[in-house]
Amino acid sequence: MSTQPVVSLRGVTKSFGAGGVTALQSIDLDVLAGEFVSLIGPSGCGKSTLLRVVGDLVDATSGEVVVNGKSARQARRDGDYGIVFQDAVLYDWRTVAKNIALPLELLGWGKARREKRVEELLGLVELQGFGGLHPWQLSGGMQQRVSIARALSFSPALLLMDEPFGALDEMTRERLNGELLRIWEMSGSTVIFVTHSISEAVFLSTRVVVMSRRPGRIAALVDIDLPQPRNADTREEPHFFELVTEVRDRLREGGLNEESTAPGEGELVGEGTP
Amino acid sequence: MADAAMAPARSPLLDPERVRRAAVNVGLFVAVLVVIWGVWEAFRAFGEATGLRLGQFEVNDRTMPHVHDVLGTLFEPSRRNGPLLVDILWDAARFTAKEAAVGFLLGAVIGFVLGALLAHSGLLQRGFLPYIVASQTIPILAVAPMVVVWVNPRMPPGLKDWGAVSVIAAYLTFFPVTINTLRGLTSVDPRALELMRSYAASSWKVLWKLRFPAALPFIFTALKIAAPASVVGAIIGELPASIQDGLGGAILNFNQYYITAPTRLWATNLIAALLGIAFFLAVLLVEKLVVRRAPEHVA
Repeated sequence: MSTQPVVSLRGVTKSFGAGGVTALQSIDLDVLAGEFVSLIGPSGCGKSTLLRVVGDLVDATSGEVVVNGKSARQARRDGDYGIVFQDAVLYDWRTVAKNIALPLELLGWGKARREKRVEELLGLVELQGFGGLHPWQLSGGMQQRVSIARALSFSPALLLMDEPFGALDEMTRERLNGELLRIWEMSGSTVIFVTHSISEAVFLSTRVVVMSRRPGRIAALVDIDLPQPRNADTREEPHFFELVTEVRDRLREGGLNEESTAPGEGELVGEGTP
Repeated sequence: MADAAMAPARSPLLDPERVRRAAVNVGLFVAVLVVIWGVWEAFRAFGEATGLRLGQFEVNDRTMPHVHDVLGTLFEPSRRNGPLLVDILWDAARFTAKEAAVGFLLGAVIGFVLGALLAHSGLLQRGFLPYIVASQTIPILAVAPMVVVWVNPRMPPGLKDWGAVSVIAAYLTFFPVTINTLRGLTSVDPRALELMRSYAASSWKVLWKLRFPAALPFIFTALKIAAPASVVGAIIGELPASIQDGLGGAILNFNQYYITAPTRLWATNLIAALLGIAFFLAVLLVEKLVVRRAPEHVA
């Protein structure tokens, strides 16, 4: 694992409207290559906004955002990251294969090269044979796997995930957690992962960023030193529970997590879209 | 209505489920037709038996001809030793269909381009939308003669007269297409747009890869309204253009002989309605082939 920062944030602040709500305040964070970093915090703490600032989907009000050694805007233009939302956001007039190929089409890849890459990706997310179906014919978990394959299609250095499994049931979520770790290991990309779930954050991450209630600040960084590769047994280990307890304590110190279970409530997201 | 009841085209055209649905739809259509026929004839019989009068209206062969008389008149010569009425109307319908089809295509293209331009700029939208709406508040009967006077002299010989009628049909067609294109192009899921932004896609790519396909169900809804409207526009346009060869000419002609032969006008109206339905079904068929959408998203 190299120690080159893929994402470097210095004093990042984000306010909405003139003198309005401050969503993020003085965020300093380095995410190193190959890391899996989760952002966790109560609703409205700005974790989704932080992810969008990194992706240049929302502009920071002040502060410096460096992605892959360049400005966030340049990194977005260079295709340095893939993004996965809470909903799969698949285009339902396109087949599964065509959805995965969308970023490749935009990059101007030829048909044969696209099809070869899509086959690889269908294998990676274990959806071989589903390429010809339309999104509405898949379950929610399968749709989200398609969305992950699409985000990975052009092998971006960075994967941004905004509560990707938040809308799924617990069993599907745990299975996809395992698959995501396998994909992360195989692709070698860096992941920033927004979640409401403490156990999900601990299970997946190499580091958990605990954020405090609005205005969003980093309350604590918790290193997750559980051994790799992780599997279902990891969730049974005493050290797993110790880390879950530690993250929970940090959330409490950062300002109450009792209301953190309502997904999306009060979240300041999508403000940057036209 | 009928389209909402049909399943999306996710399987081959001859899938048993689709065949079954199509059969039910045809059956329903025939059943309702029989009911309308029955109600018509029952009201007639009742009116004649009781000598019913509603103001000036009196039930008789002139005001309410028998349905079978209307159908029968199609297969009689329209004048002594002349061709059958159905042959005359078939030729007229084909002539009007040509005008309407060209007008429909013209209106659909103009409507789409206008909608896309307006979707592109809020300023254009605020400036021009009121006038586009106003254009439809002017009765087509008032517009048609002016279009003929303006357009006809500028038409090349091949489009003489009927080309102006197509322009009138286009005038009725473009409006719903513009409004629904505008609506469809601007009501895209914001996250889908965010995804495109994450790929740094140009606005041209966003239009063709996202906005346009997302707007297709809206556009087809408009086209289904516009298709029969283009037939109406063509029929009305034939009158000031003094065109005798189409259904408009036939309607005007048989209108003059209504007192002596009312069934001919009814038969002409029937053919005009069938032409409108044919236009509608043609659009529906194209929609089934083109639009691939989750059942709940089919507009």
